[in-house]
Amino acid sequence: MQIRKLIVDGLWHNNPALVQLLGLCPLLAVSGTVVNGLGLGLATTLTLIISNLAVSLVRNQLPDEVRIPVFVMIIAAAVTSIELVISAWFYQLYLILGIFIPLIVTNCAIIARAEAFAFRNSPLPALVDGLFMGLGFTAVLTLLGAIREVIGYGTLLRQADLLFGDVAAGWTVTLVDGYSGFLLAILPPGAFIALGFMIALKNVIDQRGEARRQAAAVTVITPATTMGAV
Amino acid sequence: MASGPHSSPYLHGSATVSRVMFTVLVALVPVVAAYFWLWGVSILSQLALAAITALIAEATILVLRKLPVRVALLDGSALVTALLLALCLPPSAPPWVVVIGVLFAIVVAKHLYGGLGYNLFNPAMAGYLVVLIAFPAQLTLWPVPDMYDIGAEAGVVVDSTTMATPLDRLRTGRLQGKPAAEAMAASPLLGIFPNGVTTILALAWTAGGLLLLATRTIHWRIPLALLLSLGLFAGICGWLNPTDHAGWLFHLFSGGTMAAAFFIATDPVSAATTPRGQIIYAAGIGLLIYLIRGWGGYPDGVAFAVLLMNIAAPLIDYFTIPRAYGE
Repeated sequence: MQIRKLIVDGLWHNNPALVQLLGLCPLLAVSGTVVNGLGLGLATTLTLIISNLAVSLVRNQLPDEVRIPVFVMIIAAAVTSIELVISAWFYQLYLILGIFIPLIVTNCAIIARAEAFAFRNSPLPALVDGLFMGLGFTAVLTLLGAIREVIGYGTLLRQADLLFGDVAAGWTVTLVDGYSGFLLAILPPGAFIALGFMIALKNVIDQRGEARRQAAAVTVITPATTMGAV
Repeated sequence: MASGPHSSPYLHGSATVSRVMFTVLVALVPVVAAYFWLWGVSILSQLALAAITALIAEATILVLRKLPVRVALLDGSALVTALLLALCLPPSAPPWVVVIGVLFAIVVAKHLYGGLGYNLFNPAMAGYLVVLIAFPAQLTLWPVPDMYDIGAEAGVVVDSTTMATPLDRLRTGRLQGKPAAEAMAASPLLGIFPNGVTTILALAWTAGGLLLLATRTIHWRIPLALLLSLGLFAGICGWLNPTDHAGWLFHLFSGGTMAAAFFIATDPVSAATTPRGQIIYAAGIGLLIYLIRGWGGYPDGVAFAVLLMNIAAPLIDYFTIPRAYGE
């Protein structure tokens, strides 16, 4: 039950990007295309899993006073390893993501999960929390990348070979032929505007869901009270 | 109603939203006339397209927001936004640029921020910046008016030609290390008298602005503070370094300076509201225009300057609240 709640929280109710608004710097800077978004999202997810698990494992040995420096060292170690992995196997992607891979260290979503969740919970929930917070972040990053890529370039999955290897070289979908491009969507303001619309959409969906739940609750109660009156 | 007001103020001005907006529309007539004289009928279709798009967008979003459509549609505010935006674009702008700019102005900059009276940013400038950043190629070149027959000069027949604006030339010249005077002299837009076409437009905006001042639609504080501030900084820079800077007269009468001073910075919603605040706000716009023109990435900085000071306006108001009598 608790695991299921963690999954739903990470992906939706407490989504790091749409609700907690954490990690906005990489979210806005590297979401120009689907592939960039997905690449950085997966790297962040991996970091979250490792750091959450490690923090949870050592939490009983950690004095409160030095916990933050220890979190930072754990996260930095994880990010450094991941950076080496990316530069070894996805070198082109490494060049594009550039400074944003080492900057995963500063992604406040990661230290926030370490402090708010992993430090207070046992390894299994911490791992699940890290995985699904990461996936929630990746989902938003990829969707934002898709929106910006479609509007900005008129394509989807451009440069997919950077992430998936040479097999994916032909995966690029051109939606509009001869599209002259909408520069604003690719530039930083486009990321802010698109993220704003995504947050608004999530809030609308939540409100609709809430209204429906209340309506349902009312219809259930009404016959019961009538029965009581009779 | 019948018993009258029981507390002050007892005297009311006759200004209503629609009255203010329609005065602005009348004040735009000299500007439209100047465009018409320089470039012919194309400006009229551009204005019509902007106006129709704005009214459709306004009506649609009012229906979506479940607000009364007729009152808000007839107050003229959407029309003013659309026309101001269309008059910032070059007459050669493709129709889809006009439509995208107006849609962003009305839907995002105006209504998503809460509608008329709540919009933090000047909608016309926000819409203009979206298309300026998104389509730099279509927005930085202005057509050369027919009266400057550069085809005859060069001995060839040309149907239409586009030209960089004087401000654009100034910036390009600066990047190439050319002196300001030489960079500007290379433009045929400088034909009749110093920076010709843009000066005609600037004078037309000024005429409209004086009309707004005469009808007391706007107060003199914002235009005066903006022009003084821009003129002062341009003057100082031109005096210290006449090679690289174009001087105060050029900056006051080129680009969007006059449009901003009288029509854009004076937007009652997005500007500062206290008297002292308005002076700080307008002087800030003047300074920012000069900074962006002189050292920024775009040839003209009017729209950026206005939006930046729009952000600062609530803070300026907070620190300049006039003391109540007796306090």
